[in-house]
Amino acid sequence: MSSEWPLWEVFIRGQHGLNHRHVGSLHAPDAELAIRHARDVYTRRNEGVSIWVVPSAQITASSPSEKGPLFEPANDKVYRHPTFYDIPDEVGHM
Amino acid sequence: MYAQMVKSEASTDDPELLAAFQARIDAGEKIEPKEWMPEAYRKTLIRQIGQHAHSEIVGQLPEGNWITRAPTLERKAILLAKVQDEAGHGLYLYCAAETLGVSRDDLTEQLLNGRMKYSSIFNYPTLTWADIGAVGWLVDGAAIMNQVPLQRTSFGPYSRAMIRICKEESFHQRQGYDLMRAMATGTAEQKAMAQDALNRFWYPALMMFGPSDKESIHSTQSMAWRIKINTNDELRQKFVDQTVPQAQYLGLTIPDENLVWNDEKGGWDFSEPDWSEFYEVLKGNGPCNTDRMEARQKAWRDGEWFREGLMAHARKSAARRVAAE
Amino acid sequence: MAPSLSDVMTPDAAALAAASKGEGRAPLAAGSAEHDLFTGLTRLGDTTLILGHRVSEWCGHAPILEEDIALANMALDLIGQTQLWLGLAGEVEGRGRDADALAFRRDAWDFHNLLLVERPNGDFGVTLMRQFLFDAYHLPLLKALEGSTDARIAAIAQKAGKEVAYHLERSADLVIRLGDGTEESHRRMQGALDALWGYAGEMFLGDAVDERLAAAGIMPTPESLRAEWDRTIDTVLGEATLVRPASDFAHKGGKQGRHSEHMGHLLTTMQWLQRAYPDAKW
Repeated sequence: MSSEWPLWEVFIRGQHGLNHRHVGSLHAPDAELAIRHARDVYTRRNEGVSIWVVPSAQITASSPSEKGPLFEPANDKVYRHPTFYDIPDEVGHM
Repeated sequence: MYAQMVKSEASTDDPELLAAFQARIDAGEKIEPKEWMPEAYRKTLIRQIGQHAHSEIVGQLPEGNWITRAPTLERKAILLAKVQDEAGHGLYLYCAAETLGVSRDDLTEQLLNGRMKYSSIFNYPTLTWADIGAVGWLVDGAAIMNQVPLQRTSFGPYSRAMIRICKEESFHQRQGYDLMRAMATGTAEQKAMAQDALNRFWYPALMMFGPSDKESIHSTQSMAWRIKINTNDELRQKFVDQTVPQAQYLGLTIPDENLVWNDEKGGWDFSEPDWSEFYEVLKGNGPCNTDRMEARQKAWRDGEWFREGLMAHARKSAARRVAAE
Repeated sequence: MAPSLSDVMTPDAAALAAASKGEGRAPLAAGSAEHDLFTGLTRLGDTTLILGHRVSEWCGHAPILEEDIALANMALDLIGQTQLWLGLAGEVEGRGRDADALAFRRDAWDFHNLLLVERPNGDFGVTLMRQFLFDAYHLPLLKALEGSTDARIAAIAQKAGKEVAYHLERSADLVIRLGDGTEESHRRMQGALDALWGYAGEMFLGDAVDERLAAAGIMPTPESLRAEWDRTIDTVLGEATLVRPASDFAHKGGKQGRHSEHMGHLLTTMQWLQRAYPDAKW
């Protein structure tokens, strides 16, 4: 039986108020140790205020071959962006 | 470099897919782990990133050799933090390799049984405290030459690992130079140590870039894939041009009688290292190959009960949790 | 004769004395308040120094990368604490010695660290168990020092306390996991505990210096830290399925400068450059 520790993905909140960001991965026997390892490995330079870890095997990713159908339909929905609309200068900031 | 003489694989994939893949790379797109890639690209990358990771790990040893003898508390802390960074960099790189479908244990086994290599430079000994300066200044300096462009490599996880590594490494070369400067401006004995360290590390540092690869098919393929960005000769020249004035500032002499400024190319002419020595080191005949491998094998062997003990506990407590629910 | 000689010399002597920051002054008198404080501070700083040194010996040789990195963090914390404790000791002594002079230029009999921390690393189990036995004492010690009447000590203890809280969390957890891991990891952890147990008692043995420091409200008596240590040890060993040794025999002497044979070898390595090249600046 392989005793290799499972792989975990590490997410760190760099500052209060920001999103957690994926910073890398590491090996650990369980979640608790993964958090500790993440603290030791990924915050050596004072990089974080909060850590998430997720077993890499638990990540469900979108399929690269679906990239077209998944993301291209959003390309032409220009009206979702504020710059689509002209607001007269007299109205002021909106 | 940390990945020297990496052989590329020949591609046997569908030419149409290959062309589309190459077009993505040429357009500067990043290739991500789950996307289609030629089997040869994947295998070459595993070899290259693995070798790079192994170099970081074995590279802990020559510098680690002086942690317990560092002459001040501050120097001890700096060196320890630096060698710790090397372990971190090895870890980031192993993780990048793992996205290609190889496990870290696999890679480790291949290092320990000699099937995978690490950089030749770490088979040279650190004999005096000045060597710690020389390693930071010259060895990290040479490594950075290669790693900075690799931040733009085509494989996403590799590129991201290099970005993180470069950010952290910026202090490594500086601390090495700072240490060298303390030695070069110190007592007569310290100066002698500094010069001796430069004498011994100069040519091994030049060898880090690998032999000229102008004619190498492996290099051509790797450059097309953007997993190699510059030729070995380009990087070596850049390294020499950068290092010569730094040595002059320290009042140290580069051990090369043929070192002369070439106005025409706007760079220094310099002697080639002894490539037969390089090949001997790669074959296992460097001054420290045996010691380095034994140290890594011992750490891995002696650590087995620890790794298994923790895994067994994790399994037990998971089972207990399930039973309690 | 030259009757004016002493007049000429006086200003120079004063300038020299000022420039030498106390070098050449008579050593602190044993039993004086400064001497007690100096001794108490070297007990703290020498202990973190020697343990930090031992832990740093693992760098590049630990069982797995994640652990290699964690150990280096701990060694860095301990070296940092050493700089603070020994820096303050040098200041209190007022004889021109800084933390480096104290770390690299004293012989073994002037070191006041606990015997426990100079024990060789052994296998990884011994290293972890040594760390746990020490951390479980170190944390309550620092908590008590946060209330020191000496503000400098309280400030250092506050900074170090955060680091050591993490050390204890880590070492206690690993002892539990490995004690309750495989048969082999259990056997090794029990062996480590048995081998180190005789070196734990020294942490709680006070002497006259400790008493005077405690009376002045500067440092706690070692005895006062025992109850919390016992509780931590019993809880963790229980969870780890390890058996607390029955013996209460304690090796002692480290705090008074009588060390094991290992100490001389450790110092030989650590101090070699400073000793071989005394005129050099690094």
